[in-house]
Amino acid sequence: MLQSALRTATPQAESLAGLWWLMLGLSVAVFAVVMALLAAGLLMPRRPPPGERVIMVGVGVTVVVLGGLLVHSTLVGARVAAGTDGDPLRVEVVGRQWWWEVRYPQDGAVLANEIRLPAGRPVEIALISGDVIHSFWVPGLAGKMDLVPGHPNLLRITPAEPGVFRGQCGEYCGTQHALMAFMVVVQPPADFARWLVGQGEPAAEPADGLAARGRALFLSSGCGACHTVRGTAADGRVGPDLTHVGSRLTIGAGILPQNVGTLGGWIANSQAIKPGNAMPVFDQFSGGELRAIATWLAGLE
Amino acid sequence: MSAPGESGREALNRVWAQPRGWRYFSEVNNTAVGLWYLAAGLGFFAVAGVLALLMRLQLAWPWMGFLGPEAYNQVFTMHGTIMMVVFAVPIMEAVAVYVLPQMLGVRDLPFPRLSSYGFWCYLLGGLLLLSSFLFGPVPNGGWFMYTPLSGPEYTPGLNTDFWLLGLTFIEISAVAACIELIVGIMKTRAPGMSLDRMPILGWAFLTVAVMILFAFPPLLLGDVLLEAERVLDWPFFDAGRGGDPLLWQHLFWFFGHPEVYIIFLPGAAMVSTILPTFCGRPLVGHQWVVVATIATGILSFGLWVHHMFAAGIPLLSLSLFSAASMAVAIPSGIQVFAWLATLWGARPRWDTPFLFVIGFLVIFVIGGLTGVMVASVPFDWQVTDTHFVVAHFHYVLIGGAIFPLFGALTYWFPLPSGRLMDETVGKWSFWLMFVGFNVTFFPLHVLGLLGMPRRVYTYPGGLGWEWLNLTATIGAFVLGAGVAVFFANLAWSWKRGRPAGHDPWKAGTLEWAGPTPLTDSGGASVPRVRSLHPLWDQPAEMAAAARGEALMCRPTTHGRETLRVSAVSAEPQQVIQVSGPGWSQVAAAAATAVMFGAGTFHLWGVAAAGGVVTLALLTRWAWHSDRQPPMARVDIGQGIVVPTYAADHSSHAWWAAVVAVLFDGAAYLALLSAYVFLWLVNPVWPPPPWEGRIALGDILAGGGMLAVAAVLAHAGAGLHRRGRHWALPAGLGGAVAVAVAVAWTGLSTLTAADLGPTRHAFPATVWVMALYTLVHLGVATLLALLVLARQAAGLVTPVRRMTVMMTVLAWDFAAFTGLASMAMLVLWPATGGGGGICTW
Repeated sequence: MLQSALRTATPQAESLAGLWWLMLGLSVAVFAVVMALLAAGLLMPRRPPPGERVIMVGVGVTVVVLGGLLVHSTLVGARVAAGTDGDPLRVEVVGRQWWWEVRYPQDGAVLANEIRLPAGRPVEIALISGDVIHSFWVPGLAGKMDLVPGHPNLLRITPAEPGVFRGQCGEYCGTQHALMAFMVVVQPPADFARWLVGQGEPAAEPADGLAARGRALFLSSGCGACHTVRGTAADGRVGPDLTHVGSRLTIGAGILPQNVGTLGGWIANSQAIKPGNAMPVFDQFSGGELRAIATWLAGLE
Repeated sequence: MSAPGESGREALNRVWAQPRGWRYFSEVNNTAVGLWYLAAGLGFFAVAGVLALLMRLQLAWPWMGFLGPEAYNQVFTMHGTIMMVVFAVPIMEAVAVYVLPQMLGVRDLPFPRLSSYGFWCYLLGGLLLLSSFLFGPVPNGGWFMYTPLSGPEYTPGLNTDFWLLGLTFIEISAVAACIELIVGIMKTRAPGMSLDRMPILGWAFLTVAVMILFAFPPLLLGDVLLEAERVLDWPFFDAGRGGDPLLWQHLFWFFGHPEVYIIFLPGAAMVSTILPTFCGRPLVGHQWVVVATIATGILSFGLWVHHMFAAGIPLLSLSLFSAASMAVAIPSGIQVFAWLATLWGARPRWDTPFLFVIGFLVIFVIGGLTGVMVASVPFDWQVTDTHFVVAHFHYVLIGGAIFPLFGALTYWFPLPSGRLMDETVGKWSFWLMFVGFNVTFFPLHVLGLLGMPRRVYTYPGGLGWEWLNLTATIGAFVLGAGVAVFFANLAWSWKRGRPAGHDPWKAGTLEWAGPTPLTDSGGASVPRVRSLHPLWDQPAEMAAAARGEALMCRPTTHGRETLRVSAVSAEPQQVIQVSGPGWSQVAAAAATAVMFGAGTFHLWGVAAAGGVVTLALLTRWAWHSDRQPPMARVDIGQGIVVPTYAADHSSHAWWAAVVAVLFDGAAYLALLSAYVFLWLVNPVWPPPPWEGRIALGDILAGGGMLAVAAVLAHAGAGLHRRGRHWALPAGLGGAVAVAVAVAWTGLSTLTAADLGPTRHAFPATVWVMALYTLVHLGVATLLALLVLARQAAGLVTPVRRMTVMMTVLAWDFAAFTGLASMAMLVLWPATGGGGGICTW
């Protein structure tokens, strides 16, 4: 239930869930009444039809219920859109076919397909499209907000408690719309601050010979044309920034857990896992070479 | 000529006889065209249904490998497109074409050849769209085709082109149906069927036709703009060059939302037709249901933004659309209460059509309730683009349209076949569909709340989605089985069903006045109507009419004819001679198909050739229209004498011309709205390179010339009417000469202003407005030349002048829209802070 709209962790998503339960209750009641009238009307002994006045009664009730609901819904909408007061943390999310670039502009941190947020502090997420229309959706934290070329949007939420939430693109955006997911990790403020400082730093030096070989292979095989690893010569902007890829929960835009095995498999043949994604197949690497590169990447925490 | 000794009925049967063998397809009568329409629509429904089953198989379990991402995206795009555009709207038009004339007590629609042309365009357009499966580039941008994904950069293949040109082609049939329905319902009814005695079905189709009139033009405009962006690189939707992807969404949903009600209102009207019959009593609150139908049509134009609640539009605007979206539940509520009141203690008969009506009520109420939910802006932020919405609109559309449609097909099946569909098999098909439907779509509500988006070809396990998806897939196959059983019942009962006899359901409306199956002439005579339910309230008169003892019991002009009446009170005004069988509409549709087919593949030479041939065939068709029978007045029985020709503002042909112009005008309004929209999203409009590029004097001169052209056309036509034959060539010839001059100066001015349309959305939009005026001047010119040729051939006289009236209307329209465009260019930017395009 990582992605349920009914398991909420912000006051905003909680308001939306509350609206749902209210409307569900009303709907069940209306449905029950209408079905009871239908059944009674069909089963009762023959009798002349009622006059047109019953239609007016029904319409009157409908207008009152709908009017009340409209006012309530509008107030909830205004409250949710306004966010909560306080000094907001600003995060930028750029949607691209088919992954999410995540930036913390005040701290120089850039990562992909994972957002970490401190519990208890308001957040402003700037939503920017890098190509086509996407929609940013973490059901547990907020409703959808589209990323429209030429129309940057702002989403305001206030995560209440630590937890892990899954999000996914909500607007059809082409071949791999289905596999354009991401994770949101809400952490205690101190943990978050530590994490953010780390994300702003350049990549760590390889821990051992295998990792060093992996880095050399990465740099000599052209990976840097698309990927950035801060602190090395790799500065491509086409694919995700990998400076701290080893600290992330998932790879491939929220579809596989991040570890040496999945990293190696992804590099060897990401097209078999996520057909149509922008990364070419690298089947020239031997098993040992793949392990070296994957080990280095997994160590970039 | 009637043969000696031929009775009225024999003469009727002769002129209305349907051709046999392969010539059958040259028929234009509504009972033939309506049947083909229904058959084609059901065929496309079957195709789109199979596509749905493929999707449900792929989604049955996480990480299924049955369809890859590309195939799945094509399949869901085509499922939605075919269901909405190639099945649902056309099948409703098909029902109208088939059953409405009979229900209104007349023998045909006013323009049979036009409806036949519409049908062939629809069939060929649908096949063009489907042929993308043979060629490979199947449309894959979703049925909503959002830009920029569908644009040249992200979909460089022909996928989007198949969609854009296929749909545009099919929309010809919608225009034809729109004209046919508005004029048919308003002008051709049985005498005495004043508007307050018109059945709900007539009201629903009248509302629907008016909705088509205003909803489809924005889509057509969007199609043209997107195709221009794809082929010519004119950046209407490119945010980097002054365009805006949201412009497409506004144009699309201004069509797309009314479209849903264009499908639902006929469905609801079918319920309002079937339910009283099976209850054996009139619909309670008939007037309220009429008002609700019209109100739904009007409100449906205030809802389109509720498809864009998550796009970042200011909350205040969204609240207005939210209110309108909830308000539309009120007229739907009126109808539900009217149905409940009608069946209150009625002890109805439980035949299959009634079962489908009750199934409709149960499903539609759920769909309406979830509709209120998604009308709530904040709740919609969660569930939009999820399976919750998939569940909602299938409850509305399958519940609101398919169940009534299948009930109606069972109900009206005796009219063409003379037989009843098998009851036992019918009940099986209903229960399979009802159970299968709910098992398929109810779980999708929950899936949406659990976070499953729409339009995903697969999903990971562990999110709680597995079993709900598997259940839905099983339900889909049960639903599919129900539909298959229904189709088998149709096929089996066509020849082997129980003979239906006269009025098998004891209905009250006129389509049941005669024997089943319907005769080719659609009835031995036309009755005078004094009630909403003539078969219940005036049985003796109806029986006499069925024996040929009422009006129009013989073809007095020796051709196929129908009766034109006054719009409100339905008093006879004219006997209209309508078209009989012929091939020109089939040939024209084939040539149109060449134009659109070649255009899809960007073979511009072939497309142009197809266009020229189409134009030639339409001209030949127009040449033979505006018939004037030799006898000026005829006696249609009971002492009623009416003219056989009229060229005035009450004429059906004039109404048709006005409807066509309104459609065109709606497209023009959409274009102006697009211009204003782009002006609002651009910080400076016009952008600096084009500030002050055109001298105001040039624009004023062009506008003056347009006005002169229209005045010349008016003067020529007016003097010609008073017998000055020379005035027509002088006036229309002068107008054409002025039009050529306007075109020449306009094109040179725009070229000199350096309005490179690929550089920015501003010059591109200005060019579209200029081309719009040029095309309309071209059409007006062609019509003027046609009228002058007809005059030379003696086909246009001061009496027989309908084509003259239409031509003047075309000049008025071209001049008016041209002047409006110029005023827009001069005035609007000047108030927007920028300097404007003109030097003052």
